[in-house]
Amino acid sequence: MALLEVMNVGIAFGGLQAVAQLDMKIEKGHLYGLIGPNGAGKTTVFNLLTGVYRPTEGDIILDGKNITGNAPAKINQAGIARTFQNIRLFDQMTVLDNVKIGLHNQIKYSMWTGIFRLPGFKDKEQQMEYQAMKLLKIFDLDKEANLPASSLPYGKQRKLEIARALATNPKLLLLDEPAAGMNPSESEELMNTIKFVQKEFDVAILLIEHDMNFVMGICEYIYVLDYGRIIAQGTGESIRNNPKVIAAYLGGD
Amino acid sequence: MEFLSYLINGISLGSVYAIIALGYTMVYGIAKMLNFAHGDVIMVGSYIVFIAVNQMGLPPLVAIVLSMAVCTVLGIVIERFAYKPLRGASSLAVLITAIGVSYLLQNLALLIWGADPKSFTSVVGIPPLHLAGGQLVISGETIVTIVVGAIIMAGLIFFVNNTKMGRAMLAVSEDKGAAQLMGINVNSTIAMTFAIGSALAAVAGVLLCSAYPTLQPTTGAMPGIKAFTAAVFGGIGSIPGAFVGGILLGIIEIMSKAYISTQLADAIVFAVLIIVLLVRPTGLMGKKISEKV
Repeated sequence: MALLEVMNVGIAFGGLQAVAQLDMKIEKGHLYGLIGPNGAGKTTVFNLLTGVYRPTEGDIILDGKNITGNAPAKINQAGIARTFQNIRLFDQMTVLDNVKIGLHNQIKYSMWTGIFRLPGFKDKEQQMEYQAMKLLKIFDLDKEANLPASSLPYGKQRKLEIARALATNPKLLLLDEPAAGMNPSESEELMNTIKFVQKEFDVAILLIEHDMNFVMGICEYIYVLDYGRIIAQGTGESIRNNPKVIAAYLGGD
Repeated sequence: MEFLSYLINGISLGSVYAIIALGYTMVYGIAKMLNFAHGDVIMVGSYIVFIAVNQMGLPPLVAIVLSMAVCTVLGIVIERFAYKPLRGASSLAVLITAIGVSYLLQNLALLIWGADPKSFTSVVGIPPLHLAGGQLVISGETIVTIVVGAIIMAGLIFFVNNTKMGRAMLAVSEDKGAAQLMGINVNSTIAMTFAIGSALAAVAGVLLCSAYPTLQPTTGAMPGIKAFTAAVFGGIGSIPGAFVGGILLGIIEIMSKAYISTQLADAIVFAVLIIVLLVRPTGLMGKKISEKV
């Protein structure tokens, strides 16, 4: 059984059908790409998968459980985490605390334990610190752990978003334009990081990206979206030569 | 020496304002709303202590814990039934609801406990402190108020910055949407904020009524407004700001009463607020709001 099954999902904003008849299948531990021209509805798909929008039709099944219409926090706890196209870190908080927010549901203790510093409090907080630092090290952010997140350079902020999302221990990680604004060497490095994350955390990844070299370089399977519908899917090679895809990108009849 | 005595009294009154202001500022920071019923939670807390001590004969400490428990529940209930259904509504609707809740609490108190002022007996058993050969006398209430204020402040700052619930509160106050997508339950975080704010209101009520021992259904209204002023003064949404704002406001009020005029003291307090807001619209320690382009 697939990790994520999206069946006939659609959403309409008033009269505008933003996404229609969306069918996707994502297998455990694999790397997928979601591409399409500007305004095709890619981020809307992410918003549907993470519960920001409630689909007006169809079902989303994660690991055999129907999560359609669940609240975002619940969907995250069920195992879908994401990053954002326009970075949304907690700017006023430190780099370390941003990752700790991701760990919120991974390490548990009660409010009373926190208020009165009951036994176990120190242990749990240390455990959190240790796990957060481990993640930061993977992304080479450990030296900046105590700086405010907003002070990081752009490329590192993108990495921190991935670290924060991974901290929630997802089965499926959604990356919204992870390489946007990066130079070729940074994006090369990011490609390696993403491949590493896929293996190390055994997580399925679905990413939106405009940089075709990037997508073709790491995605095992690609979905192409245009006007809110899947117009093609398959391996990089088959997508590259698909006349429908070429028409969508370059225009044509 | 006289000046020092006024200063200490000012800090004491200011500590009470600061504790109340924490409730306003935390709720504003997280739910982005002004909970004008907060002052009336203080009044309810004071009545609970009054009944527990004077009618049920409980020891003061037990009475205070009981009052904190009642106020915590009250705060959660108010949030659940009055404010939660309005999540996403315009801020004006929430504001008017808060004022409605405030009147509801005052009038319920009027129904239950009557309009006649009760004389609150101080729950502080510490004798006054005589310093400088008897020239400077500091009452037990003043000492306890300042100490409790400092403990609450330190505890709260620790809680917010070093526990996972505190961090969740900070995350929700910065970006509710992103916090939700990281698995944080925004509703329970907001409920917890109301619970903490209301428990602190109970403490503030006891300290206030120990120093100014008349208790009636409108007891919470004026301190509520002043503490709100303190929160805005210090920079609403900022926890250290509420503390600084509260202390300064208390000192300004006592000094005005001592050296200028008792009648004009309140007017001076609010005039200072207006001047601060003209010079620094985000308050003393408020964050600068930068426009997103």
